[in-house]
Amino acid sequence: MRGDEAEITLGPVLFNWQPEQWRDFYFRIADEAPVDTVYVGEAICSKRAPLFDRCRGAVLDRLDAAGKTVVLSTLSEVVLALDRKQIDAMCAQARFPVEANDTAALLSLAGRAHRIGPFMNVYNEATLAFLAGKGADGVCVPAELPAEAIRAMGETAAGLGVALEAQVFGRMPLALSARCYHARVYDRTRDSCLFVCEKDPDGLELKTLEGSPFLAINGIQTLSREYLNLVGELADLRVAGVSRFRLSPHSCDMVAVAEIFRAALDRAIDVPEAMARIGRLDLPGPFCNGFYHHRPGNHWHRTGSAPARSGADLTR
Amino acid sequence: MSEAPSSETGMTDGFVRPDLVCPAGTPAALRTAVDAGADAVYCGLQNETNARNFPGLNFTPAELESAVDYANARGAKVLLAVNTFPPAGRFAIWRDAVDLGARLGIDALIVADMGVADYAARTYPDLRLHLSVQAGASSPEAIRFFCREVGVKRVVLPRILTVAEIAAIHHQIPCEIEAFVFGNIGMMAEGRCSLTNYVTGVSTNMDGVCSPAADVRYEEDARHTLTTRLGPFVIDRFAAGESAGYPTICKGRYLCGARDGAYYAFEEPVSLNLSALLPDLMRAGVTALKIEGRQRSRAYVRSVVAAFRRAVDDIMAGRDAQLAELLALTEGHRQTEGAFAGKTWR
Repeated sequence: MRGDEAEITLGPVLFNWQPEQWRDFYFRIADEAPVDTVYVGEAICSKRAPLFDRCRGAVLDRLDAAGKTVVLSTLSEVVLALDRKQIDAMCAQARFPVEANDTAALLSLAGRAHRIGPFMNVYNEATLAFLAGKGADGVCVPAELPAEAIRAMGETAAGLGVALEAQVFGRMPLALSARCYHARVYDRTRDSCLFVCEKDPDGLELKTLEGSPFLAINGIQTLSREYLNLVGELADLRVAGVSRFRLSPHSCDMVAVAEIFRAALDRAIDVPEAMARIGRLDLPGPFCNGFYHHRPGNHWHRTGSAPARSGADLTR
Repeated sequence: MSEAPSSETGMTDGFVRPDLVCPAGTPAALRTAVDAGADAVYCGLQNETNARNFPGLNFTPAELESAVDYANARGAKVLLAVNTFPPAGRFAIWRDAVDLGARLGIDALIVADMGVADYAARTYPDLRLHLSVQAGASSPEAIRFFCREVGVKRVVLPRILTVAEIAAIHHQIPCEIEAFVFGNIGMMAEGRCSLTNYVTGVSTNMDGVCSPAADVRYEEDARHTLTTRLGPFVIDRFAAGESAGYPTICKGRYLCGARDGAYYAFEEPVSLNLSALLPDLMRAGVTALKIEGRQRSRAYVRSVVAAFRRAVDDIMAGRDAQLAELLALTEGHRQTEGAFAGKTWR
């Protein structure tokens, strides 16, 4: 922890990585990444969670021992008996704080300290105040919230002592469904999926009929094809009252990503340098930051920094 | 049908007589729905406070006032949808909508945002709150949270549950259940979809718009192939003579490296039609049946509402319901029971 300074946080892995890859990823984060808080938990599909059972304890211990704040993230959509069982188990444990990604978790979390994740709809100061009254001490805003709304939230959050968080890196969550789109690609159903989402560690890309890259699917989730990159907006976000900056994990070098964002937040490097370094990560998609600037989410709005390839440029 | 009314109260052995909740995009549609037998109509104001914020649709305050008079005089209720998510700094618009609804004597407010719900519950403790499908409450725990914290009296369930799941939820929540029975079926969890905003810069959650017409383009080539776009992205392409659907992202055809050819990555463009499941839904504890389509014509509203009116009355009287005519009103004449019929859908 850095007191009231800006924190780098690492969101939950949204993809179906091999358990050993998942474990080693977190071990390396624990040992090497300048990350203050790490969210751990299956947020997308309850069927996947048991796959990580045998590694989870070791991962939590290693992160904890490394001095990271460990927070358990709940599922983002709760329908099935299995979903509800996982929520129950997570809310029943007392070792780690919990981040609620669905209202289902709030039923048992209300009355004790907890966090609100980006899959919950906290769009405004009234909802923020309502949830703070139930014990929320940290809120991650939805990806589509524009700068002016984040600024308005920041004032309320500060008054309530709630830490405001925003995703600044990685594919953006755009939609959830009960149906598994990964299974659908292979003419399977969610119940007969055979965990085919494991083939795509960063999501499976969809193209339009004229061949333009468009979206990425991850089980029941639809993600942006572009990678959100708000490294040029970090200073604005801090002024707006955001104190936690969330990186969403991908199969690229996330330690390097964390180092770049840490250095940018500390002003050890300037924005063009940070952009240049992120550019060298060789990510599979271009960058976007449109939502923040109240434009289509896939757009890249130049912020006085080195230009990045834009989703809109490629498709228009 | 085996059930017959067991008493004068409308109770049968298996269920109570459900409310037929019908769409009203305009004052004229509202009167049409009421006259065709709706027990309740739902509508929105002409701004971003409701999830069907389309040009030419919805109610001015004066029209809403007349609508309440018209409906209430004929024994029908008016439900006001204030079911989008106010972005911070603009909450006053939603607060004003709640205040207006309360002042005009609406029968219930349909809410999705916790802040809006909390404001309504604290300011108008006697105003009945219904939880919009946009709130995405798909489990007994989520619904119970809303009941406990803001006093929700009815939940509109998402279109992602099977009838068996609805029946199970019914026994675990302290409020009424409203379920969709007919109309558009969106594949994405309601209230949790930013796809339109991602492409157009207009948000479904904050602005109440899905696939805004201003961003829709139809392009026909020399061979009469029709391409539909939303913003810069092709959503679908139709051969000459093929009936073209409106370009909604979750109903488009796309390409994927993992399979050959174009396919509906999310859902075929079909309509939801649960008419055959009506008795099952009623037995599962559904006390309000919702028909979707505030953007639809008066003729459509009249046909669908009248057909469901007869169906519900037939079922309550122990007769078989006749609903074949509804197929003609479904999208592309294709219908589905979506998630409701079983798990294979997923």
